[in-house]
This record gives sequence, structure tokens and C-alpha cells, in this order.
Amino acid sequence: MTMPLVCWFQECNRDSLALVGGKVSSLGELIGAGIRVPPGFAVTTHGYRQFFETDGMNHKVHVRLNGLDEHDAEALDSVSAEIREMIETAPLSIELEDQIAEHYRHLSTHCNVPAVPVAVRSSATAEDLPGASFAGQQDTYLWVRGVDDLLAKTKRCFASLFTARAIAYRLRMGFDHEQVALSVGIQKMANSAAAGVMFTINPINGDRSSIVVNANFGFGESVVSGEVTPDEFLINKISLDIVRRTVPQKEIYYAVDRASHSCRRLDLPAERQSVQSVLDDDVTELARMGKRIEQHYGRPMDVEWAVDGDMPTGSNVFILQARPETVWSSQQPPAAPAASKSAIEHILSSIMTGKTMA
Amino acid sequence: MSNRLFPAPHDVETIPGTEGWQRMYPYNYSFTKNDVTRKQYEEGMFWFYDGLHYPEPTYPFDLIWDEAWYLALSQFNTRIFSVPPVYGVDHRIINGYVYISPVPVKDPKEIEERIGHFLERAGYYYQNWDALTAKWEEKIKATISSLEAIKIEPLPALEDKQVVFDGIGESKGYHLLKAYDEMIDLGIRCWQYHFEFLNLGYAAYVTFLDFCQKQFPDIPAQRVTQMISGVDVIMYQADEELKNLARSALELGIEKTLLAHRDFVDAERELKQVPPGRTWLATLEKARYPWFNVSSGTGWYHYDKSWNDDLNIPFSSICIYIEQIQKGASIERPLEAVRRERDRVTAEYRALLPNGEAQAAFDQLLQTAKTVFPYVENHMFYVEHWFHTVFWRKVRDVAAIMKEHGFIVDIEDIWLLKRGEIKDALWDLVTAWATGVKPRGPAVWPPEIEWRKGVMQKFREWAPPPAVGIPPEVIQEPFTVVLWGITNDSLKAWSKVRDAKNLDDIKALTGFAASPGMVEGKARVCRGADEIRSLEHGEILVAPTTSPTWAPAFAKIKACVTDVGGVMCHAAIVCREYGMPSVVGTGHATAIIKTGQKIRVNGSTGEVTIIE
Repeated sequence: MTMPLVCWFQECNRDSLALVGGKVSSLGELIGAGIRVPPGFAVTTHGYRQFFETDGMNHKVHVRLNGLDEHDAEALDSVSAEIREMIETAPLSIELEDQIAEHYRHLSTHCNVPAVPVAVRSSATAEDLPGASFAGQQDTYLWVRGVDDLLAKTKRCFASLFTARAIAYRLRMGFDHEQVALSVGIQKMANSAAAGVMFTINPINGDRSSIVVNANFGFGESVVSGEVTPDEFLINKISLDIVRRTVPQKEIYYAVDRASHSCRRLDLPAERQSVQSVLDDDVTELARMGKRIEQHYGRPMDVEWAVDGDMPTGSNVFILQARPETVWSSQQPPAAPAASKSAIEHILSSIMTGKTMA
Repeated sequence: MSNRLFPAPHDVETIPGTEGWQRMYPYNYSFTKNDVTRKQYEEGMFWFYDGLHYPEPTYPFDLIWDEAWYLALSQFNTRIFSVPPVYGVDHRIINGYVYISPVPVKDPKEIEERIGHFLERAGYYYQNWDALTAKWEEKIKATISSLEAIKIEPLPALEDKQVVFDGIGESKGYHLLKAYDEMIDLGIRCWQYHFEFLNLGYAAYVTFLDFCQKQFPDIPAQRVTQMISGVDVIMYQADEELKNLARSALELGIEKTLLAHRDFVDAERELKQVPPGRTWLATLEKARYPWFNVSSGTGWYHYDKSWNDDLNIPFSSICIYIEQIQKGASIERPLEAVRRERDRVTAEYRALLPNGEAQAAFDQLLQTAKTVFPYVENHMFYVEHWFHTVFWRKVRDVAAIMKEHGFIVDIEDIWLLKRGEIKDALWDLVTAWATGVKPRGPAVWPPEIEWRKGVMQKFREWAPPPAVGIPPEVIQEPFTVVLWGITNDSLKAWSKVRDAKNLDDIKALTGFAASPGMVEGKARVCRGADEIRSLEHGEILVAPTTSPTWAPAFAKIKACVTDVGGVMCHAAIVCREYGMPSVVGTGHATAIIKTGQKIRVNGSTGEVTIIE
């Protein structure tokens, strides 16, 4: 089987890491588990390599990096700028360009939006190449529209592997620059009416029968960064009903800034500050997804999500990312009473302990 | 002491105009100031208001059940099963309200000694639970038959000739005294049996609850109850009888006659005219004993009416079921679905436990809780419903004789007398009858009863503090653990309502989240089970409490709110079966919510909101 240059998220799974990197393979895995994820596709590491093999790009890069001193910051900076400039201005192969354009058109048709706005992110293959974790790790371009812009941002992601810092790191560790590879994920932008995080465990007390959802209007950044006290919902994982809710005052939110292709912090209008940012039905739907994700991975998970304001209720809740919860999962479970005791011994010890008066 | 959380028991003041109220209750129920040792003991204890059982001040006669469980629970803890860290539960009354206090064992050496006895004795009960509860059922049925056999007969001017010819040698006057003594004795005995298993049952339940809460700190009590609840609970049988009667009416083709009447007496008159009508009435008569001895309340108070007291209650329910069947709706309980859901919930919690050891402990504690729980659920039918229903009727028979002889003005006046006072009055009545003179009582009791009615009214208007005395750090008495857990939370939520100046200002109530989900709809306040026929489809039922008598209502409504009850109460169980939201134990829903108001019921959080 030939390696694809571009592939759909749904064609990926946890075995696709080398091809599409961690972010995309995990999205593919979620789709495979029946979880609603904003649709998209990836330019694979194969596509990336093909780009570097075209027009002697590899050679050109190699020449410039040759003999570079990792401690010479000035030289690092100028070489880095030169290489990135070179990458960003070089054309992609017609084959790769066609495939990206073709996938993008399909995505637009599928979403029923002409020139659908997408988020373009690098998806690193960090596991087999530690240096790649430096590879433009924060490179995300929001609200990218049209093929030209998409191609430009894709190349920018490629170029992010050659920041001065990434180059220096690889030099220090002795990694060959030619072994570095990266994938780029291109995903429909959710028109994030509300977003946040979800734990499929109660992060306060470690209760595995609970799901906790934090939410605010707009993008999830305000919740992730802790800039607002978010709406909080405690959901019973078994019955999926909301057992407790707090809706505090939320003063800011994040929305996309179309000019800079990034997220921008805005003030929430006074009349919306104390309004619940996400509908109960959507919270329940989210919890149902959280439960399924946990079942799929077999452990408590930490999930990022968004509600797409463009989609009808019932199909508007999307999962953006899921990773294992680490705080409670690494702790000792509460000690269970010895199973070998008889019923009367259990009861006796319960009576002897009694109930502490609150 | 100014920094105490609760007032000292002796500091609570008598309500002006009720001075001397203590004589309405047994003397040992009063907090005392002139017995120094006892006063010291009382001051050092924590007494909490048992608002769950006594939302209203207690009538002097109704205190019989309090005395009965005071004795029964305490003796099993202290003297029979030897529960290691606790003796019994002590009782007092403040301004008509019952306060209780668990008594700890303080000497560690004694606790140690009690452990051995407890393991042997309680262990025997847990091990032989099924055989012993089967024996219990025999005992309780025999007690009820003895009560039913008691005859309360009027005193004749001249005894029947047979008394002479059969050489009986006893009078109806003596029989009346004897019958009254026997009734009271059977009542106390019945409550002996009531607590034979109950506290052991609670202890096993609390043990399982503890385990679940330790593993899952957020677990709602309703889920724990759901895992251990039985499906074929005897309390449902009465409702099943009504469904059978509805089906039978349709088969016999007499449903039109039933539906045409509001009053059972009218329907009965018409049914007697035709053979199928008579067949149906015979079926009804068979179902009445024992099943129609269910109370439309908890059965705990004299004013709780049973179906046998008022056939319009079951009649109205039968009509609802007939209409349901005619509409093609199912009236069957979704037993399979309930079992499946219970098993799903159990399996999901079990799967979330961290390891095999925890799962093994879960299995064992669940099994024990399931073994004991049928008793916890079923004993009420025999004691509070069946026995009490018959008992209240017999007391009213006694009251009728007292009224006839001028001792009381109205039959319902009897509840204002202590059981001992009734015994005294009956002696007065019978000896005067025997002697052929006027009794003393007619000049003594009616004015005293009038005064007591005034006192009761003042009691009702008074707000009892949730507790008096000094709270201990830990409560170990199983019954108190369950009761205080419930009572403490409720009282806190209720106090907001009590402190409000105007009931119309209250727009939100809190109770127990009894069955999950949230709906909005029109409220229908039904104060009695005889009012459920007025319910319309899709309304939200607001009731003081519910019992199986109310079952047909649940086929029509979309949520249920009650004043009284916990997560194990009837409304909670039935709503979970129907998958509709329920909030119970709100304290005051029937006083605050009005029929026609739009309300929101959140059975997941326990909140009820009046929207408009």
C-alpha cells in the first residue's frame, strides 16, 4: 500500500501516529469510537517528506544547517529565518496541492459551507522523535478560508520545524534534520458558541461515577487558561443527569479574530455574564460522549469540547481533544474493606465507626 | 452559654397559655429541673426533633406509637442484640414535639464485652434472616388476627339472658375494660415485632451506603436505594388488586355504572341490581381483606384514612384504571424494565470500582443489604398500614361508647386523651354503669379536651428548634444515623420557609432528589388520595405524601412533589419506575404551591421552583 499524502481523519487511528502525528491520530481514534469530532483531513508526514524531496529542498536546508553551532544564537536566528522563508515561498508539488485542494473542496461540500473556515494545526510525531515536540508545537491558525490561504498556512506549519529553538535542540541531541517529520491537521472550525473541558472523573474527590464539565461562551481558551470561573456541572455518569450546577459570573470570552487567524479575548456583555453558557441537553449529550470516550480508552479522560452554534441541537456537540486524566489515575484507590470479612464483621465496623456529625 | 449551636433543653420556654401542657403526655417525657441528676444527664445529651415522624405536634393518644418504639428499639439495642457502642434512644417532648437522643456506651471495657454478644446474637439474625422473617410474618399475622377478633360492644341496660343460661359470669362492662387492655397490649406487641429486624436492617443498609459513599463520594442516595430495592414489594399488592378490579369491571361489562358515579355508595346500589354487578362486588369484598387496609397516609397518625375507611378512595382509583385501559394505555408496572435498569446501574457502579477486592466487598455488602431490605420495605404494610388501620377503627369504637355516655363530645375528641386516661375514664364509665349512677367523667373530660385543643393549636403555631443540647462528634446508633441524616438536611431547608414572612413570597423549595430529571408543568395540589380523580394528564402532583393508594395518579402525571418522605418513600420508588422526576420531603409544598401554578421540578438536584 502506498503511503497517502493526504488522508481523512476517519481513516486514522492510534496506529497512524507515524503518518499523521499524535493530534490527528487521536481524533481519528475518537471518530472510530463513534465520537462526534469536527470533520477534517491531514497532510501526512509522507506529504511533508515529499515536499522536502521536491526541488532539492532537503539539500538546500542541509547545506544551510551544515556546520551550524548550536550556541551561536545569531547564526541560528538568521539561518532559521532563511530556511523558513524558503519553505514558505516554495511551491508544493502539483500532486500534493491537488490533493489538499480536493480534500478541502470535499470538506466544504460536506459542511455545506462555501470555502469552509478551517483551523490549521501541526500534529507532531513526538513519540518517535523527541525533538519534534519542539516542532512548532503551538502552531495553530484559526479561521483559514480558501485553498490559497490553506496552502500557505500548511507550509507555515512545515516551516515551524525550523525555528531557531527547534534547530538548536536537534543539534544538541544529535538528531538528523532529515528524519524530522510533521503532519498538518486541517479541521472545520467549530463556530464555538460555548466550549470548555470535561473530566470523566470528579477531579476534586476522584469519584469515578461522576463527570465534571466546565464551560464558558466562545472558545475553550478562557476555561483552559483559568481566566474565568466557568459554569460547572456535576453529572452522574450512570444516569447522565445533572446532579449539581453552578453558574457564576463570567466576564470575558474568546472569539476568533479573523485578521490575525487567532483567538482574541473579549468582554462578555453584562446581560450574558450570569447566563448559563451551555444548554442542559448539550451537557447531557457531552457527558454521554465522555462516557463513551472513557469506555473506549478504558480509563478516566480529560476532554476538550465545543458546541457549534451553526449546527442544530442534537448534532452540535463536538469533541476537540481527549487525553488520559493523570491526577487521580496515578493515586491509590480508597481502601476497600477486606472482602474476607463476614457480613456481621462489616456491619460491626460500620457501627463502631459511626457517622461524624457535619 | 451564648456560643452554643442549639438551645439548652431546659431553656426552651413554655408557650404562654399552654402552662401545664406536660399533663397531656407521660410524666417521664418532660425535661425536668427539680431532679438534679436527671437534669445533668439531660443537659449533656443531644436531642433532635424527629420532624420526619412528627411534622405536627403529637396528639396525646397518638403518643402510644412513640412509647412503643421508644421501648422496642431501645430494648433490642441495649438488652437483646447488645449493639456495642450504643444503648437505646431516649425520648422527650417539648411543646408537643418529640425529641430523641441516642445514648452512647461510654466505658471502652463495656463496649468490648458487648462486641462478643453482638457478633453472636445479631450474627445469628443475619445468618438466619429468611427463616426468622418467615417466623415474624406468622407472629405479626397472629397479632393482627387477635386485634381483629376484639369486639367493642355497647353496654346494655340489661345483660342478655344467655349470660345467665350459659353461666358466663362476666359482664359487658368488664369485657369493655378487657377489650381496651387487649387492644393496647396488642399495639405494643406489634411494635415489639416492628423493631425485631428493623435496626439490623438499617445497620446493613448503612454499611452498604458507607461503602458506596467512600468509593463514590458523589453517589446520590437514590442510586444506593435503587440497587437494593426489591421489585415485588408487598406494598404494591393493594394497587394490583385495584387493577384487577378495573379489568374485571370491563370483562363483566359494568364499567359504565362505575364511571357514572362519584360516590361509591351510589355505584354499589346500582351494581346490586344486576348479577354481574353482584359478582364484581363479591370480588371487591374479597380484595378488601387485607389489602384495603392500606392507609392513604403513612398509617402512623389517627387521621390517616385507609381504603376500608373510605371506599371512595379505591373506587376513584379503579375508575382511573378503567379509563386508562379504555384509552389503550398499559396499566402494568414495567417490572422487567425496572429490574433491567436496577441491574444496569448496579453493574455500572461495580465496573467503576478500582479492583477485584473492592468488587468482592461490594458484592458481599450488596447481597447482605438485599437480604435485609425486603423487611425494611415490607414491615410497613403489616404494622403501620394493616395493624394500625384496624387499631384506629377499634379505638373509634371505644370512642363511640364514651361519646354515648357523655365522656366526649365528638368521637375524634378521644385523641386528646392519653391511653391511660382513657383506661381511667372507662373504669369510671363502667363502674357507674354497673352501679346505676352518673359517672364523674362527663363533667371532667369535655372541658379538659377543649383546653387541650387550644394548646394543640398553639403548639402548631410554634416552630420547634431542630435540636437542643450538645451535639456529639459521632453518632453510632443506626436508626438515628439514618433518621438524623434525613432530618438534619430537611430541617435546614425547611427553616427558610418557616422564617419567611409571607408564604406567597416563596418561589423555591428544596427537598430530596428522589427521581432524576427536570420538567415544567401545571401543579395540581391533592391533599388526599380521594382527590386524585381531578388530576389531568400531564399535570404535576403536589401531595402531603403518597402511598400505594395514590398509585393510579402516577399514570397521569409527569412529576411528583411531596411534603414528607425520603429517598425510600413510595413516591420516590414509583417515580423512578415511571422515569419521571420527583422531589420529596420538601416540608411545605402543599402549603406554598397552588393548583394551576406553573412549576419546575428538578429531581436530580431536589429543587422545586414556582415559575408563574
